[in-house]
Amino acid sequence: MEANTGGKHSFVLNMGPQHPSTHGVLRVILEMDGEHILEPEPVIGYAHRIQEKMGESRSWPGFLPNTGRLDYLSALIYNHGYVALIERMTGTEVPLRAEYIRVITSELNRISSHLLWLGAFLLDLGAFTPIMYAFDDREQILDILEDITGARLTYCYFRVGGVFRDVDDKFVERTRAFIKRLRGRFKPIYSDLVTTNIIFIKRVKDIVNITPEMARRYGVTGPPLRSTGVCYDIRRNEPYSIYPELDFEIPVGTSGDCLETYLVRVNEMEQSLRIIEQALDRLPSGPFRLKVPRKLKLPQGDASFSVETARGELTYYMVSDGSDVPYRLKIRVPSFSNLSMLKELCRNMLLSDLIMALGTLDLVIPEIDR
Amino acid sequence: MHVTRTLPPELIRIVISVVVVVCFTFLNVLLLGYAERKISGRIMRRPGPMEVGPQGIFQLLVDGVKLVAKQFIVPSEAGTLFRIAPLLAFMPVGLSFIVIPFSNRLQVRDLDTGLVFMLAVMSLNTFAILVAGWTSNSKYSLFGAIRSVAQSVAYEIPMLLSLLSVVLTANTLSMRGIVLAQSPVWYVVVQPVAFLIYFVAGLAETNRAPFDLPEAESELTAGFHTEYSGMGFSMFFLAEYTNMFFVCSLGVVLFFGGWSGPQLPYMDYTGIIWFSLKVYFLLFIMIWIRWTFPRVRFDQLLNFCWMYLIPFSLVNLMLTAVVVKL
Amino acid sequence: MKEYFLLLFTGAKSLLTGMGVTLRQMFQPIVTVQYPRERIAITPNFRGHTELVRDQETGTHRCISCKICQMDCPSSCITVNSEKREGVKGLVLLSYRLDFTKCSLCGICVEVCPTSALGFSGEYELAGFESSEFRYDLLKVMEGRE
Repeated sequence: MEANTGGKHSFVLNMGPQHPSTHGVLRVILEMDGEHILEPEPVIGYAHRIQEKMGESRSWPGFLPNTGRLDYLSALIYNHGYVALIERMTGTEVPLRAEYIRVITSELNRISSHLLWLGAFLLDLGAFTPIMYAFDDREQILDILEDITGARLTYCYFRVGGVFRDVDDKFVERTRAFIKRLRGRFKPIYSDLVTTNIIFIKRVKDIVNITPEMARRYGVTGPPLRSTGVCYDIRRNEPYSIYPELDFEIPVGTSGDCLETYLVRVNEMEQSLRIIEQALDRLPSGPFRLKVPRKLKLPQGDASFSVETARGELTYYMVSDGSDVPYRLKIRVPSFSNLSMLKELCRNMLLSDLIMALGTLDLVIPEIDR
Repeated sequence: MHVTRTLPPELIRIVISVVVVVCFTFLNVLLLGYAERKISGRIMRRPGPMEVGPQGIFQLLVDGVKLVAKQFIVPSEAGTLFRIAPLLAFMPVGLSFIVIPFSNRLQVRDLDTGLVFMLAVMSLNTFAILVAGWTSNSKYSLFGAIRSVAQSVAYEIPMLLSLLSVVLTANTLSMRGIVLAQSPVWYVVVQPVAFLIYFVAGLAETNRAPFDLPEAESELTAGFHTEYSGMGFSMFFLAEYTNMFFVCSLGVVLFFGGWSGPQLPYMDYTGIIWFSLKVYFLLFIMIWIRWTFPRVRFDQLLNFCWMYLIPFSLVNLMLTAVVVKL
Repeated sequence: MKEYFLLLFTGAKSLLTGMGVTLRQMFQPIVTVQYPRERIAITPNFRGHTELVRDQETGTHRCISCKICQMDCPSSCITVNSEKREGVKGLVLLSYRLDFTKCSLCGICVEVCPTSALGFSGEYELAGFESSEFRYDLLKVMEGRE
């Protein structure tokens, strides 16, 4: 890998696949001059698991666990995209109660993913306690979701035609109690300890500079895009499920630096709480699952479906030849496009700031490698 | 004819005190390490060590045994001083216990320039880190060592300036003299700015958070002691805790009145109880700060030193000089 | 000049508020459940590996060896062995092998079983020394339970 160093001495530092802050098996080859990085080059592929090939050999109930393991932190949203794609292709109706349950659990999953991101981001910064407080809140969510889905992390809860198990009053009570608890913790713990802390602000402000034009070139979506000021969220721009009926805002930043992305994500957590509250208030009664045949024949042709995960826009694209197993399944993940921006974003940066930039992009490496 | 030579009593006294000082250092590390893990656990709402002994009090002993039993791995391209660097880190700080007055009569040697000796010893710490980072022959270690050297050298200046203000007020450089000069009121009341500057500079000197860039785990995978294992690592570990104790005890002697406090029986020998309580109070604040704040970035660290600490300490020194003269 | 002092004071105040937060948290009860000395009750809806459900009336399993679960399993981890015995209507189940090292806990076998013979066991304390310990024979497991 040759780079024009302009006659200066430079050396290559390898932030290898095993590193505490790359959040997975990501290798970044850094060409450095002292403490400044001349150019980073990410190398991926260490966690490739041929998921798309497996999508071509399994029928829809068989592939469903795989979707949960693509991005294990927002597994329910990945499930949602896949079953909604099949429902779109076959024209299956979903009962209204199931849609509401899907939205409630997806938003809970989004909050838990953001909480983990917050803890890990601060751990990279060197603050060891906020991750513990964030995980304390996350434990509550995992307990609530374990009660209805049966799993803690890699959920496989949605089905074509609804959800696997109905929710009961205990779930509604626990979720309401959780919403109240988390709202009460935003100010005293997260805001006072982290957001207003001067060391944190100085470390995070004006670090990376994502411009809307750069984001458009690389196809960046999710909080990094929204922090630049572009209000693009699949839940508003290509609405699905019952999101059009709910009233929530899309937090948008102004300057596209690390601090703005951080604030966008924290505000997203608050908005998710709002969505869950409204959905719980309006939860209708009725069936939670419609029967579909076990071997569901997919009509010939292709279709795609986009959802908004915690990291950005996820799109499933399927080409079918008329049998119950797809011919081709393509998954477009948000972290891949977000990572591709790293090379241009982090030129002439300090090593400490590269860690901040990686944390801001919120990468999950298994979904990049699929 | 057989000539017997009797040992001078001074020599016996020195040997005993050296042995006692080394034992004290190890015991201190045991207690401080345990305190840190328990307090950090409580801050994070978890129990801390609980398995070994009731409430985990033997945890550090067992850790020490484990570390000693591990193999001391030397990288194949390491420099010649690789094995000596841990000793270099630990030895000067251990030496410094000679001049600390633990109570009115418990002091190994009261040098007339005790303060200068303490500061000289503190600067040797930088040397050990540099040797460790350089001879490890690893880029990550070198990074850690370079950062640490720049940080230590930069933060010695405000520390010196703030301590000079105390020296001007006390009019003596010997440690015992400074404690005795604090009879009516402690210097933390007379010179609060100097205390704050000294404490912050002390955090930076011992490479503790929020200034722990040289050993930043998330960026540099343990910085300058990446390549050390077993006894070498435990020596660095010991050196860090002893350094913390050293900085806090210097702070207690200079600002909190050393061994003075409400009267206990045999005050001449039991002043050590008050001394230890004060030192551990300062150590608790150090631990508390570590587990609360994120790390400061390297250039911001140096910026903070030059733009904020040095001007304030200079102004403090000049004001002290003016007031003392009056 | 004014920003210099303003930054200093707001910064110091934010640091002190942060320290206050951690101090308050220090006196709150600990969150950790010290396993294995204390355990929390796991919800009965938790999905462990599958198991053959013991029918209340007949006192044994309900499997009719139709092998639909074996055909539908996407990870091919189920093997059903059965034979025809004289005088017994239907097939007799000899062994039901589940290779848990390959199972992805999708639940297809539980859902497609026509007699609802399978259920989730809720076992979460799974630790072993060899991988052969995780190739279960569910018939033996059911008979091992009371």
